Amino acid sequence: MRINCPHCGPRDRREFTYQGDALALDRPDPEAGPDVWNDYIHNRDNPAGPTRELWYHETGCAAWLVVTRDTVTHDIHAVELASAVKGAGK
Amino acid sequence: MRISGSHNGGGLIDRGKPLRFTFDGHSYQGFAGDTLASALLANDIRMVARSFKYHRPRGIMTAGSEEPNALVTLGTGAAQEPNLRATTLELHDGLAAHSQNRWPSLDWDLLALNDLAAPFFGAGFYYKTFMWPRAFWEKLYEPAIRRAAGLGALSGQPNADRYEKAFAHCDLLVVGAGPAGLMAALTAARAGADVILADEDTVMGGRLNAENEEVGGQPGREWAAGLVAELAEMDNVRLMPRTAVTGVFDGGTYGALERVSMHVASPGQAPRECFWRIVARRAILAAGSLERPVAFQNNDRPGIMMAGAVRAYLNRWNVAPGRSVAVFGNNDSAHRTAADLIAAGINVAALIDARPGAKTDLDVPFYHGQVCGSEGRKGLEAVSIATQSGIEKVQADCLAVSGGWNPTLHIACHMNGRPAWDEKIVAFVPKPGMVPGLAAAGSANGAFSTAQCLAQGADAAQEALADLGLKPAKPEIPQAEDDPYSITALWSVPGKGRAWLDFQNDVTVKDVNLAARESYASVEHMKRYTTQGMAPDQGKNSNVNALAILADATGRSIPETGTTTYRPPFVPLTMAAIGAGAQGKGFAPQRFTTSHAATEEAGAPMIEAGLWYRPSYFPAPGETHWRQSCDREVGYVRNAVGICDVSTLGKIDIQGPDAPEFLDFVYTNMFSTLKVGRTRYGLMLREDGHVMDDGTTARLSEHHYLMTTTTAAAGQVMRHLELVRQGLRPDLDVQIISVTEQWAQFAVAGPKSRELLNGLLDAPIDDESFPFMGCGDITLGGVAGRLFRISFSGEHAYEIAVPARFGDSLFRTLKSRAEALGGGAYGMEALNVLRIEKGFITHSEIHGRTTAFDVGLQGMMSKKKDFIGKTASQRPGLMDEDRERLVGLKPTGAVKQLTAGAHLFNDGAEATRENDQGYVTSVGFSPTLGHFIGLGFLKRGPERIGETVRMVDHLRGVETTCEVCNPVFFDPEGGRARD
Amino acid sequence: MTDLLAKSPCDGLLPLTIGSVTVTEIAFDAITSLAPFKGQESAVSDALKVQMGAAFPKPNRTTGKAHARAVWSGVGQALVLGPPLAPIPGAAMTDQTDAWTCVALEGDGARDVLARLTPLDLRPSVFKQGHAARTEIAHMGGVLMRTGENRYGLMVFRSMAATLVHDLEIAMQSVAARGRL
Repeated sequence: MRINCPHCGPRDRREFTYQGDALALDRPDPEAGPDVWNDYIHNRDNPAGPTRELWYHETGCAAWLVVTRDTVTHDIHAVELASAVKGAGK
Repeated sequence: MRISGSHNGGGLIDRGKPLRFTFDGHSYQGFAGDTLASALLANDIRMVARSFKYHRPRGIMTAGSEEPNALVTLGTGAAQEPNLRATTLELHDGLAAHSQNRWPSLDWDLLALNDLAAPFFGAGFYYKTFMWPRAFWEKLYEPAIRRAAGLGALSGQPNADRYEKAFAHCDLLVVGAGPAGLMAALTAARAGADVILADEDTVMGGRLNAENEEVGGQPGREWAAGLVAELAEMDNVRLMPRTAVTGVFDGGTYGALERVSMHVASPGQAPRECFWRIVARRAILAAGSLERPVAFQNNDRPGIMMAGAVRAYLNRWNVAPGRSVAVFGNNDSAHRTAADLIAAGINVAALIDARPGAKTDLDVPFYHGQVCGSEGRKGLEAVSIATQSGIEKVQADCLAVSGGWNPTLHIACHMNGRPAWDEKIVAFVPKPGMVPGLAAAGSANGAFSTAQCLAQGADAAQEALADLGLKPAKPEIPQAEDDPYSITALWSVPGKGRAWLDFQNDVTVKDVNLAARESYASVEHMKRYTTQGMAPDQGKNSNVNALAILADATGRSIPETGTTTYRPPFVPLTMAAIGAGAQGKGFAPQRFTTSHAATEEAGAPMIEAGLWYRPSYFPAPGETHWRQSCDREVGYVRNAVGICDVSTLGKIDIQGPDAPEFLDFVYTNMFSTLKVGRTRYGLMLREDGHVMDDGTTARLSEHHYLMTTTTAAAGQVMRHLELVRQGLRPDLDVQIISVTEQWAQFAVAGPKSRELLNGLLDAPIDDESFPFMGCGDITLGGVAGRLFRISFSGEHAYEIAVPARFGDSLFRTLKSRAEALGGGAYGMEALNVLRIEKGFITHSEIHGRTTAFDVGLQGMMSKKKDFIGKTASQRPGLMDEDRERLVGLKPTGAVKQLTAGAHLFNDGAEATRENDQGYVTSVGFSPTLGHFIGLGFLKRGPERIGETVRMVDHLRGVETTCEVCNPVFFDPEGGRARD
Repeated sequence: MTDLLAKSPCDGLLPLTIGSVTVTEIAFDAITSLAPFKGQESAVSDALKVQMGAAFPKPNRTTGKAHARAVWSGVGQALVLGPPLAPIPGAAMTDQTDAWTCVALEGDGARDVLARLTPLDLRPSVFKQGHAARTEIAHMGGVLMRTGENRYGLMVFRSMAATLVHDLEIAMQSVAARGRL
C-alpha cells in the first residue's frame, strides 16, 4: 500500500500510522450535548466503499492526512492535509 | 540417464565442471547447470520421496517450482532447511540433500502401511473418525497424525544463516523471462523505461531453454541468451534471475523472493535469500503456463512425469528420465515430446493420444486411446492403454503425460480478481484489469505459440509505455514457431482404483466425488473438505482438474463451478526471508542514553522502557539481591543525594504567539497563567475523558514553553499535539518540535542536592534564584544548560540538562560527587519506590481506563476553559462515586507482601469476580517506612481510608489483608520538596 | 567549576569501510531547527539567506552546500546544518546540534546499501543530488539526503546511533558479499 503524501509524494505505508475516521477533525462545541459528543467520540460507520480516514506521516514529514479510500477496492481517491481540510490557515 | 546431447549441442550443463553431491548419504556426480532433480535423474534415482498421507513412493514429476513430489531437506543442524523442491535447487559441490516423510528409510518406509489402509482414509476421514472421545483429539489422535503425515522438519535451533530484505522501484516490472517477458522487457527498455525483469529460474529464457525450436533463425535458447546479454548492458534494466514474484499488493507493490546464495557452497556473508518489495508503476505478467496431468489409476508412480518436463530434462540437462518412454496426452505436447525423444535417441514405447481422430507421422507405436493404469511398485514398469479394441499393456519405465496447459495467472488473482474460462484452450485465463496496472502476455495470457508470445510481449510493453508517457518504438518480432493449439478436454480416465489429483496432499478423484456426494458442492468447501490444493504447491498441478471433476460430479459447467481463491505467496516463502533483518538487534532500534556506557561500567542491569534501556539498579560490592541495592539507593535520595538519568522523558519545545492558548487546550489545567521561569505539573486527557499522560511544563519565555512527557507516552503525545495543531486548531500560530534527544537530563535529588550543584555550577543557586518549581538557564564550566527545581521523589530536587554531547561526562561527575556526599546513582527500582512513597502516578495508574477523578486529580480540571477531554470527562459515569479510585495500601495480614496485578475484595468476602472491589497497580518495599506499600484502585476508595480489605493474587498465589491508606505515604504536607 | 568533555553520538563506532562503501560520522558546528510562524515564510527565508547564503528549502530539498546546508525536515520546518544561527525573528528556533546522529555513506554500492534500509525510491533519476526526504531508515524515522553522485547523508536520533551503525554494517556486508558471489 502506498499513500501519496501532499508534501512527500508517494510513500510506502510503513511510514504512516492509521488513526480512525476523519470525523475526529469535526470536534463539536462543548455545549453540543451528549448525543452529539457520543457520536463524535464513539460512533463510526463501517462502509463497504469510500471512507475518509486519518493517517499520520509518522516517519515522514509529520503531516496529518485525510485519506479517502475505498474499503472494497482499496483504491485511494484523495489524500489531503488535515490542516487544509480544516480550512483555516496552514 | 545422462545422454550425449548431440541432438541439441549439449544443453545448458557444463560437462567440464563435475560436482559431487549426496542424497540420503550416498554420493553422486552431476554437472554445473544441473538442478538436484536433473542430477538425480541422471543418476537413475527415480524414487525421491514418500507421499504426505499414504507414504506412496514418488518421483520427480515436473522441472519447475510447481513440483509436488520431490521435496527434500538440505543441510543438517541449525541450518537444516526442509521442503525444498529438488527441481529448483541448483547443484553445487558438496550439496547434501535428504528425503523426507519416511522412516526408517526412503526405500523401506514403515508407514507405507497407510497405503493398505487407504479405503479408510478418504476425504473427511479425520472429521468422521476422531470425534470421540473428545479429549483424545488433542492428546492422542492429533499428535499421532502429525507424526505420520507431513513434510520435512526444522531443527528447532536458531538459524544462523543470513537473510535480507530490500526495496526496489521501477517503471515496469516484467514477471517471467520467457519469450513474452524478454520481448516486453526489451521493448520497454529501448524506450527508456526503468525495467525490472524477474524470473524464478536460474537462466532466463523460459521454455526456450527446454525446447528444440528456433527463434529468428537460431536455437531458441541462444536467441534468449543474446537478448539477455543486451538487456544486461542497459543501465535502465535490472535483471533479477532466481527471483520469484510471490505476491501483488496495493499500490503497485510486488513481493519477490530471490535465492541469493543457495547455489554456492560458501556464501560468506551473502544472504541465503532476499525478500524484495518492488514498487512498479506498471507490470506485465509473462509467467508462462503450467502443464497439467491426467488422472488415471495409479498415475503417481515414480517415472510418470509431465511431458514438458521430460523435454526439459532431455534438452536442457541432457537427461533421459527413462530408457523406454511412453507418451500420453490430449494435445500436441505429447507429439512434440515423442519427437524430441526420437531425436535424442530414446526409445518411444508408445504414443497415446486421447483426441478423437488423432494421428501421427512419427515412427512410433501409436494408440488412439487413454492410459488407464500403471505397474511398478517403486518405479514405473508398465502402462495399460485403453483403446476401442481393449486394454493393452506396454512396458515403459517413464510415462510423459500432458493434459493441457494452464496459464500461470495466480498473481493476477491476488487482489480478488477472478479469471475467465476459455473453452478454446480449455483453461482459465486472466481478465484485463484484475490488478490495476498489470497486464498479462504470452502463455500466461493463454497464447500458446512462441510467435504469439513474442508478439504479445511486445504489445503489452507498448501499452505500458503509453501509460508511462514514454514513446514506444515497435520492435522487430523474430520468426518463431506458430502452430495452432489443439486440445480436447480430458481430466480423468474412468476406471477402478485411485487416480491422483493433488499429489502433494494425496487427494484422489474419489475424494472429490465423495465431497460432491456429501454436499460439499462449492469449490471452496470441496477444497477444505478434501484438502485439495492446500499443500505447499497450492494446487498448481491439480486445482483445475479437481474443479473440472467437481463440475462434472455436480452437473455444472466449469465456469459455473469457478475457481478457489489464489492468494500470495505464489511459491512457498521462508519465514526467515519475510522477517529478514528483524532478529536480535534488528528487531527494533535500541535507544541508549548518554550515561549508558558509564551505567554498564557500574554493572547495572538494564531494563527496557519502550525502546530505551535504563538501569534497574546499581549493585554495590557485597550485595546479593536487587532489593539490597534498591533499598540503599532509596536511602541516598531520602538522606543525602541521588543521581538518575531522566533523559528518556519526552521533551517538546513549544513556541509561538498562540503557545499559551495551545497548552490551555491540551492540558486540563491553565498554562497561560504560568509565570516565566516557572514549571507546572500538567494533566492531559484523551477526548473520551480518560487520562492520556502527565508531566511538567516550563515557561521559558512569554511565547516559549518546554513540555515534558512520560517516557512511555512521548511518541503518542507528540502525535496528539500534531493532530491538535494541524487538524483541530490550525488557527493557532504555534510550532512544536521534539528536543528529547538534544538534552541529557539528570535528576539530582535529596537533601544534599543543592550542595552538590553548588559545587558544580559556575554560579551558585539558592531558594530565591531557584525556588520550588522554578527553572532557568545555568552554566557548568562554560557549558550552557538548564535547571529545573522539580521532584519526582518528594525531596528537595532538581533536574539538570546539558547538550547531549556532555551527558556522559556530566553523569560521571554527578555520580562521583554524589558518592562523595554519601549518595550515588539510583536506578528504576529505587525511582519507583520513591514515587510510590509519594503517591505519584505513572502509566501503571494512568493505564488508559482511569480518569482524573479516579486518580484524585479532578481539581486540576479547569472550569474556566475548554480543553481536550473536558466534555466527556464530565459524563456521570466517569464521575460516579462508586468508581474504583486511587488509594494507598499496606499489608496487615500474616503475609507482609503486596503484588501488582492482585485484586481487592472486602474483608471476609470470597475472592470471586462478582465480589471484585478493585486492583493493585504498583507495589514496592519502602525502606523509609519499613514495610511494603502499594497503590491501587478501590471502589469508593478515598471514603474507605482505614478500612481493611483482602488482597488476592490468583496468578501468583499470594493472599493477605491490607489497610487502605492515603496514597501519599511519606511527607504528605510536601515540605521536604519545597524547603 | 567543572570541565565537561564532549562525546559524539558515534564515538567508538565509526568510520567503517566494507567493500567499496564507507560510512563516516559528520560533525556540524550547529544544527538548528527553523520553523516560520504564520505569514513569516519569506521573511525567514530572506533572513536565512543573509546569514548563510541559502534560502529556506522547499519540501524534499536541500539548499546551500556542505557545512552550510538547510534541509527540509517536515511540515513547515527545516534543519540548518552548519553555522550557528543568530535569532531570526518570526521563526521558532531550537538547538538540535546534539539531537542527531549524522553520517555520510559513500562509494559504489551506497545506493544498494540504502535499498536494504529504506522504502524510499532511490533511483538516481528520482532521488537526485540536492534532494532530501524524511523517511524510514531501518525501523527509524530519519532524514536522508543525496549529497553527491554516490554520497548520501543520513540522520537519525542520537540515541539510535548504535542501531544505525549496526544496520548499516549488516547491509554493507551483504552488498559486499553479493558482489563476491
